[in-house]
Amino acid sequence: MEKVFSLIVDNTSGVLSRISGLFSRRGYNIESITAGVTADPRFTRITIVTTGDDDILEQIEKQVEKLVDVRNITELVPDSSVYRELALIKIECKPEERPNIISITDTDAFKANVVDISKNGMIIEMTATSAKIDSFLELMSSYKILEIARTGIAGLRRGTDNIFWPDKNNIE
Amino acid sequence: MIGADAIVKCLENEGVEVLFGYPGVAICPFFNSILNTDIESILVRTEQNAAHAASGYARVSNKVGVCVATSGPGATNLITGIATAYADSIPLICITGQVESKLLGYDTFQEADITGAVESFVKYSYLVKDVKDIPRIFKEAFHIASTGRKGPVLIDIPSDIQNAPISKFEYPKEINLRTYKPTVKGHSVQIKKVIAELSKCKRPIICAGGGVMLSDARSELRDFAHKYNIPVVSTLMGISAMRSDDPLYFGMVGNNGKYYANRAMNESDLLIMIGARVADRAVSQPDLITNNKVLVHIDVDPAEIGKQVGPHIPLVGDIKHIFKDFEKESFDNNFSEWVNTLNSYKEQAPKRKAPSDDFVDPAEFIRLLSEKMDEDAIYVADVGQNQMWSCGYYTAKDGRFLTSGGMGTMGYSIPAAMGAKRAKKDTEVIAVCGDGSFQMSFMELATMQQYGIPTKIFIFHNGYLGLVREHQHKVYKGNYSVVDLSGSPDFSYIAKAYNMEFKCLCNMDNIEKEIDSILAFNGPMLIEVMIDPMDTVK
Repeated sequence: MEKVFSLIVDNTSGVLSRISGLFSRRGYNIESITAGVTADPRFTRITIVTTGDDDILEQIEKQVEKLVDVRNITELVPDSSVYRELALIKIECKPEERPNIISITDTDAFKANVVDISKNGMIIEMTATSAKIDSFLELMSSYKILEIARTGIAGLRRGTDNIFWPDKNNIE
Repeated sequence: MIGADAIVKCLENEGVEVLFGYPGVAICPFFNSILNTDIESILVRTEQNAAHAASGYARVSNKVGVCVATSGPGATNLITGIATAYADSIPLICITGQVESKLLGYDTFQEADITGAVESFVKYSYLVKDVKDIPRIFKEAFHIASTGRKGPVLIDIPSDIQNAPISKFEYPKEINLRTYKPTVKGHSVQIKKVIAELSKCKRPIICAGGGVMLSDARSELRDFAHKYNIPVVSTLMGISAMRSDDPLYFGMVGNNGKYYANRAMNESDLLIMIGARVADRAVSQPDLITNNKVLVHIDVDPAEIGKQVGPHIPLVGDIKHIFKDFEKESFDNNFSEWVNTLNSYKEQAPKRKAPSDDFVDPAEFIRLLSEKMDEDAIYVADVGQNQMWSCGYYTAKDGRFLTSGGMGTMGYSIPAAMGAKRAKKDTEVIAVCGDGSFQMSFMELATMQQYGIPTKIFIFHNGYLGLVREHQHKVYKGNYSVVDLSGSPDFSYIAKAYNMEFKCLCNMDNIEKEIDSILAFNGPMLIEVMIDPMDTVK
């Protein structure tokens, strides 16, 4: 089973290595991991996609929560969360093929952008769910894909309930 | 004032009276500043033993143990000691010197990435980058090490930070850790559920683990068990939570435990695990444990609950607090029939076959020795057959039983006994080790002699790495491989070299008298106990 966890961690040096180290030494899988500073620069949000059976996933949650630097860990349940991933896809294409490709990227179905064009190729940027990026890549497979860079997902819970934010009075 | 002075001030503020260490250039500023205080620095003979000694000290004093080493090899030598403490949840502060900040990352002489290397063996670690952070970091480190599930915290301090001027020293009064808030108080609903189960069960049993000792909840456990007549078993780390002569105590569980202890646990209908990890040596098939019973799991670490087995009633909190909450509740139930049944199992237990008369029987020897020791004496077992015999036959009273349980680190007993004796100078402390484990740490005899920390050390001499030999005997059909210790020194000369009394016990003749005279002797002593090389634990 796959789960997406969202962590708020103290923005200390080595925090990412502490978290990834926990996963590797306990044999947990990381499908993807992204990190970035939050609106409050003292904290970093980390989004981890991981797989395992129920017992493993429960242990992951508890072991991560136990790390001194981890302020909070929540599961981002698919139905009530938004996930996005960014992909950069470099394909080989001759000038005459360009309009054809642009007609695909431009559609509402993918909303991808061409961000670089060179003599024999182009880079397409796309932000979507991982599944949609997968299907776009499938569609592009008739061209020669030269390189792909995917970020892994970032996610947030929908709505304004249950927002985790540290109590300002508590942390000053 | 410089950073090194600030570190010393932090230790003073935390009430540190002794540290175990080994200097080197990168930690010299600190060792220079420590001269101006009342804190005693004990020079061990290898860094690993500084951590073990601090562990023995911490366990007996219920304070945080402190060990100090230099950068590079000094720091890496500490690792086994840190890992040993981590596995048994012992609170330590491990201070390491580091090369100058500006040389970090350049593979400088005696540079080692120690915070990276100990990552999986510490509760937390710090690399100090600014001298101004020293008071905050030490305040936090002592708090983290000694609260929640206790454990070692490492502080790595580059030498230039130790030498940097610090304008004013102010030790923080409060801790401001945004992300660390261990649960101390048990959830009241869960507490009521446990009491409800106790009131309706027929065959309850408490399994006490090392957490009971770490939480200093021994008397609370004993009172609770006696108030309601609930039988108790223990894990290896829980030995000495109950007195051996307590009619409600039924021994240690697990693959090296007592037959009747395991039977008691298996046949219970309510099992209350307290401060125990349900680890592989105690419970071989944790998934089966809940088949015929209600399982209550009480631990300060939420991640331990459900790691091996999903309990019916999880209860997170500090054990001492939880017993206090139990005291406020009450229930009515009678377990005397169940206790009688367990007593009959105890009587049926197969007796150990006494080995040949030509040697000392280690089991009987340990029983007699621990029975004759003071009420509050501290017994430190090493690792190997000596440890298994110790668990099986040690007579617990109101003293302490210390051993390396989780990590099983050979050589633990001598430095740990030294640390324990340093913590309680007037208490009788003995170490029991094998001829293998003795040779891993007997350099510390010099430390004990130098600092006047007298303990009595019993070497079970069988000429083998006994527990491995026993394993090879059973699993590899007696193909003994690399377990022969026949090149060992004459231990009487070792005693002489370190200016210690020596005694060799060859067989059981007059053994009680011999033990009496050893225990009556006032001073350090090395005792060689000849045991049958072919004797087995099981």
